[in-house]
Amino acid sequence: MAVTPAPAPPAAPVPRQSPEQLLYARLLDWGARLGFVLLVAGFAAYVLGWADALVPLEQLPQLWNQPADVFRQRTGMPAGWDWLALVHKADVANLVGIALLAGCSLPPLLAAMGLYLKQREWAPALLCAGVVAVVLLAASGLLGVGH
Amino acid sequence: MTRSSGPPRSRSLAALSCGLLLALPAQAASAMADGAVAWWVWPLALFVACFLIGIVAVPAGIGGGTLFVPLIGGFFPFHLDFVRGAGLLVALASALAAAPVLLRSGLASLRLALPLALLASASAIGGALLGLALPASVVQIALGVIVLGIVALMLSAKKSEFPQVERPDRLSAALRMNGVFIDGASGRQVDWQVHRTPLGLVLFLGIGVLAGMFGIGAGWANVPALNLLMGAPLKVSAGTSGLVLSLVDSSAAWVYINRGAVLPMIAVPSVLGMMLGARIGAQLLGVLKGAVIRKLVITLLLFAGLRALLKGLGIWL
Repeated sequence: MAVTPAPAPPAAPVPRQSPEQLLYARLLDWGARLGFVLLVAGFAAYVLGWADALVPLEQLPQLWNQPADVFRQRTGMPAGWDWLALVHKADVANLVGIALLAGCSLPPLLAAMGLYLKQREWAPALLCAGVVAVVLLAASGLLGVGH
Repeated sequence: MTRSSGPPRSRSLAALSCGLLLALPAQAASAMADGAVAWWVWPLALFVACFLIGIVAVPAGIGGGTLFVPLIGGFFPFHLDFVRGAGLLVALASALAAAPVLLRSGLASLRLALPLALLASASAIGGALLGLALPASVVQIALGVIVLGIVALMLSAKKSEFPQVERPDRLSAALRMNGVFIDGASGRQVDWQVHRTPLGLVLFLGIGVLAGMFGIGAGWANVPALNLLMGAPLKVSAGTSGLVLSLVDSSAAWVYINRGAVLPMIAVPSVLGMMLGARIGAQLLGVLKGAVIRKLVITLLLFAGLRALLKGLGIWL
């Protein structure tokens, strides 16, 4: 007698999340992936010596046990966004990937804010704007750079 | 057969990971004492240490950043400024990798995260500035105290899978801080809402300061605050905690970047090692005994916390 297996119970449908949340997830995914790729590529170029570094690799062990301010003074590493002027240096170029990871939440926040505004949902839109303002303030370097 | 071999295997694997974690810096230090250490020894040891931290952190149910700062700060020669900068990036990278999946499945909620992240991000900037302004010894002592506090929290904190929230408070109702997800274990749809939002917001202000000051991530504090205080289901608490962390650590990380406290040679091997280790750790979830790993990690944290405290006090340099 052939035994027909009982049909599996239907899986519960995955509840659809809000369009703002899904858009946020998609943009964050792209931004983070791009950041990781740049991080790995920049680091490979750095350790393989494809470009000159601001601080030679051999000198790092004498410097990485110093406070960040002393490290900057001894190496000429600038504070704030001035590192962009030295981005052709292999070690400084790594900051591009790092900065992208630290800033990749901004586009999803702005996109979610746009959708909330479209639906006249003022409170979450305002909260998105608030978080964007805080991250931008932190990124601006206006708060206590160098001392 | 397989079942009975599980616990001893998991115990020995975890013990090996923890032993290697402590042995690697000692090996590198002895090589340095011989005057024969190359520049790449420490970053390589860091990568391996972070890989091992990543493996044990997932089954232990804590963020890798919580283990990273006390262990690397205590046993590697890097200044605490750079360790905290790297710790923030480790926590940020882990949160960014997980957040999209959690958001799509409903295990993280944007509406729940936004108000908490706004306050915690702002206070994290203050914490980061404070941490970079204080002498390293003071930060070490405070770090030791916090890590020992985390140990106490891990030993004592209860969890509630689905807390009962009879009625949302006015603020959470106005902000529609609620949602729905499918619980993978039972297959049922779970509708949730939160309460005590004003108190939660105050708590997240403090959590932000700690995250920015010590660079340790803050999942250990976020999850109990969301779950036990605000009444979010445990899985939603863990998922939303990651989303909050991705925003809080962004703000704090920018302060460290702008102050030159993110050294790529320390930060990048840490991020890569931790992410690879976490992938292995996630795959080993079924093999490793979570409770055993948790005990080992608590022991490791206890040791690292005492080390930070004694290092800060100048007793064990």
